[in-house]
Amino acid sequence: MTDWPILSTVTFLPLVGVALLLFTREDGAFGRRNILNVALLTTVFTFLVSLFVWIGFDNSNAGFQMVEKHDWLGTGIAYHVGVDGISMLFVILTTFLMPFCVLASWNAIEKRIKEYMIAFLIMETMMIGVFVALDTVLFYVFFEATLIPMFIIIGVWGGKDRVYASYKFFLYTLLGSVLMMLAIMAMYWQAGTTDVPTLMKYSFPAGLQTWLWLAFFASFAVKMPMWPVHTWLPDAHVQAPTAGSVILAGVMLKLGGYGFLRFSLPMFPLASDLFAPFVFTLSVIAIVYTSLVALMQDDIKKLIAYSSVAHMGYVTMGIFAANSQGVQGAIFQMLSHGIVSGALFLCVGVVYDRLHTREIAAYGGLVNNMPKYAVAFMVFTMANVGLPGTSGFIGEFLTIIGVFRVNTWVALFAATGVILSASYALWLYRRVIFGALEKDSLKALLDLSGREKLILYPLLALTIFFGVYPAPVFDATAASVDLLLNNYEAALKTAQQVALSLN
Amino acid sequence: MTVETLLASLHLAVPELILAVGALALLMIGVFNGDKSAPTVTGLAVALLIASGLWLLIASPEGEAFGGAYLADPFARFMKVLALIGSIVAMIMTVGNARSEHLDRFEYPVLLLLATLGILLMISANDMISLYMSLELQSLALYVIAAINRDSLRSTEAGLKYFVLGALSSGMLLYGMSLVYGFTGNTGFDEIAKVLAGETRSLGVVIGLVFVLTGLCFKISAVPFHMWTPDVYEGAPTPVTAFLAAAPKIGAMAILVRVVSDAFQPVIADWQQIIVFISLASMLLGSFAAIGQKNIKRLMAYSSIGHMGYALVGLAAGNQSGVSGVIIYMTVYMVMTLGTFACIIAMRRKEGETVEGIDDLAGLSQTNPFMAVALTALMFSLAGIPPLAGFFGKYFVFLAAIEAKLYALAIIGILSSVVGAYYYLRVVKVMWFDEPKGEFDRVSTELRLVFGLSGLFVLAYLFFGGPVGTAAEAAAKSFF
Repeated sequence: MTDWPILSTVTFLPLVGVALLLFTREDGAFGRRNILNVALLTTVFTFLVSLFVWIGFDNSNAGFQMVEKHDWLGTGIAYHVGVDGISMLFVILTTFLMPFCVLASWNAIEKRIKEYMIAFLIMETMMIGVFVALDTVLFYVFFEATLIPMFIIIGVWGGKDRVYASYKFFLYTLLGSVLMMLAIMAMYWQAGTTDVPTLMKYSFPAGLQTWLWLAFFASFAVKMPMWPVHTWLPDAHVQAPTAGSVILAGVMLKLGGYGFLRFSLPMFPLASDLFAPFVFTLSVIAIVYTSLVALMQDDIKKLIAYSSVAHMGYVTMGIFAANSQGVQGAIFQMLSHGIVSGALFLCVGVVYDRLHTREIAAYGGLVNNMPKYAVAFMVFTMANVGLPGTSGFIGEFLTIIGVFRVNTWVALFAATGVILSASYALWLYRRVIFGALEKDSLKALLDLSGREKLILYPLLALTIFFGVYPAPVFDATAASVDLLLNNYEAALKTAQQVALSLN
Repeated sequence: MTVETLLASLHLAVPELILAVGALALLMIGVFNGDKSAPTVTGLAVALLIASGLWLLIASPEGEAFGGAYLADPFARFMKVLALIGSIVAMIMTVGNARSEHLDRFEYPVLLLLATLGILLMISANDMISLYMSLELQSLALYVIAAINRDSLRSTEAGLKYFVLGALSSGMLLYGMSLVYGFTGNTGFDEIAKVLAGETRSLGVVIGLVFVLTGLCFKISAVPFHMWTPDVYEGAPTPVTAFLAAAPKIGAMAILVRVVSDAFQPVIADWQQIIVFISLASMLLGSFAAIGQKNIKRLMAYSSIGHMGYALVGLAAGNQSGVSGVIIYMTVYMVMTLGTFACIIAMRRKEGETVEGIDDLAGLSQTNPFMAVALTALMFSLAGIPPLAGFFGKYFVFLAAIEAKLYALAIIGILSSVVGAYYYLRVVKVMWFDEPKGEFDRVSTELRLVFGLSGLFVLAYLFFGGPVGTAAEAAAKSFF
């Protein structure tokens, strides 16, 4: 089993599903069923195979594992993949969320189900590719390629303003990313390679680091998204179909945070240190400001979208605190947010499928006829708030501790964000679930169907499991994070000594 | 010139000889049999082009001929094969549409052959005189082809505009050449380079250089010499436009590369700033002016202006990786253009009327999914989104620009590609997000083959890009 290219298998397995779908006929209920089954089987199978990555993963090894390296394009670019403690769990998160996306689209997508599933499976390949790529150009290829299927998904199966949202999503993120491409080229001419592990060891001159950091920041900040370049997210989230929102919130937002951890921090430590206060400022603004904005939304999806921006603020804050609590917390927060916000969007999808509206005002009193739904929604809301005992708590708590060690004021403001998130999330919950069941349109609603239980209950279990026992995650990430931070500290110390010796 | 050297020269120029002799023979066949022989002549012309290309690939001649006026090197071979492929595909695309586009005359394939001959000679030109003659052979054939549908107002207008502006640019080119000759005393590229390297350059040479570049930039339709492009693209019959957008661009770009990196290599600082400006202007205009277009042929005209700008980014770098980037970019550009034009030719309503509006593609993903997927791949590739071929083209030219430390050019260029992405997305949007307005007629096999293959090319470039890159690198070594 050791020689088997497990990462490539996981990455490209969804494309096998695409090939099968291409030869499947769409017409009729039978054809539709076939397509759904093929897509579901592919994603489940990919998830099961990806578990072998976790099983085979050596927690004590801080370097890259399961590495595959082949020459590609004959110009110094290599097909180089591998995972370390930072990326491994994101691969699992991606493969884990995909079957839920297929299930969530079971009845919700009425037209052109075949193209829809093909787009999703292609996207899965691209997203896994981003997390396993160990070559900057390969990374960029996967990173950008995710735009194409997402553009189509939002544009074809989205809501009323889907065209505007899809353009905004595409052009916004493309604009951020092209500068990263130039930075990758500049790194190539400076260090002579596009290989990530080699670049991590290379120390760039301080002046160049600043520029490279800014170029990478432009890309990841948009993807993250950080305030003030977050405005594409609410539009994209609201217009995308449920499964599209799940993928956007669950995985695509993590590409930015992952990028910071993989490139900005290890490759440009001096610039990261220099810009940390800047990132803290943006993060705090994101946490406080977008929480306040979320409070005022009357669209459920938009509210969750703004809350995502706020939660990503904790992530950037934790990453640039650059200590082990901050970084571990940021990784955990990303994983937890992937599950929780994905689940929240799935919850919205449940009622949207029944009523075809996302207006908060259209709901109220659902607890009376949908008790099971109310319970599931409550757990995810609490996790979103960061209640102890749910996975949301651990990430927020650790990032705040991490940043507290660096800057007390930032921690203070970030902590107020916890209160704000409680207010918008609980208020949303009260307006949708509690109260009397007065609206006629709501009275006929049925509780969760078997399929919906299958979607929500596993996520619910995981949310609580990781809230109580987060050790499996930390065990996997600890070694790599320590190595990352040691190198970071060492680079800063060297630079300091050089500066001192010059004086 | 002794018989031996003449024979040796002719031996090197066999690909061109095949076309020249063949074109004359086909003209005879056509003249004696009239327009009913058009299909036969077309078939034979394709055969000649293929024969010429095969000779290039198999015999791979190398060396100087005709007293240094003609040069066969790896760079010329690569570009010639590319131009021949462009001609062959353009010719094949007319087959099914000759009648409806009024291209069913025997002159059409003959003129196309002559234009291709001009392109091949131009690529091999190693002397100002042979450059000018081959360029005129190519241009004159193209003026006639653009106006070949003589009953159509648009087509004749396009031909006339092309001719008048083309003549103007030829005049400038010739004037520039005479200045260069006057100040260096030579017409051969190598000799000019030798003289320029030896002495401090005089102002007259610089003025001559500017005029030469002007004439050549007209041919690749780079800003500010692009004005003819949208009108000619729109007015000419679509198969002709497909030809105009592919092979002649390859030839003109090849000779531009050769002129600046061979004859004017010693004065790199002078031409570099010109190329940087032209490149920037082309990228920006290509991106912004295309936004408002409704006609897909005009859109492609502005798109090709922009793409020439991107190719020039590599040339502006003035180093080996830059030239190899240009070669890769032109390869990818040609495939994308031919594929897109195959789709445009296929835009024919069931009632037989051809349409050219972008809106006419509405809902194509439902009425003709195969064509929609191919065109979508081509559009994303033109926009330079990975993992498609267009991205790698851009990657290599910008890589060279960064190596040459042209940061401003690279940053502005890559940002303008985001603007450009907007209008390519619009085509995708129309095909996928809009409801169908009407169906197109059944697409003929050869068109499906062309856009299918080019779609496959841009999708699969990441698998076979290696050999293409290696070949381009070998070709670029001719100059360094």
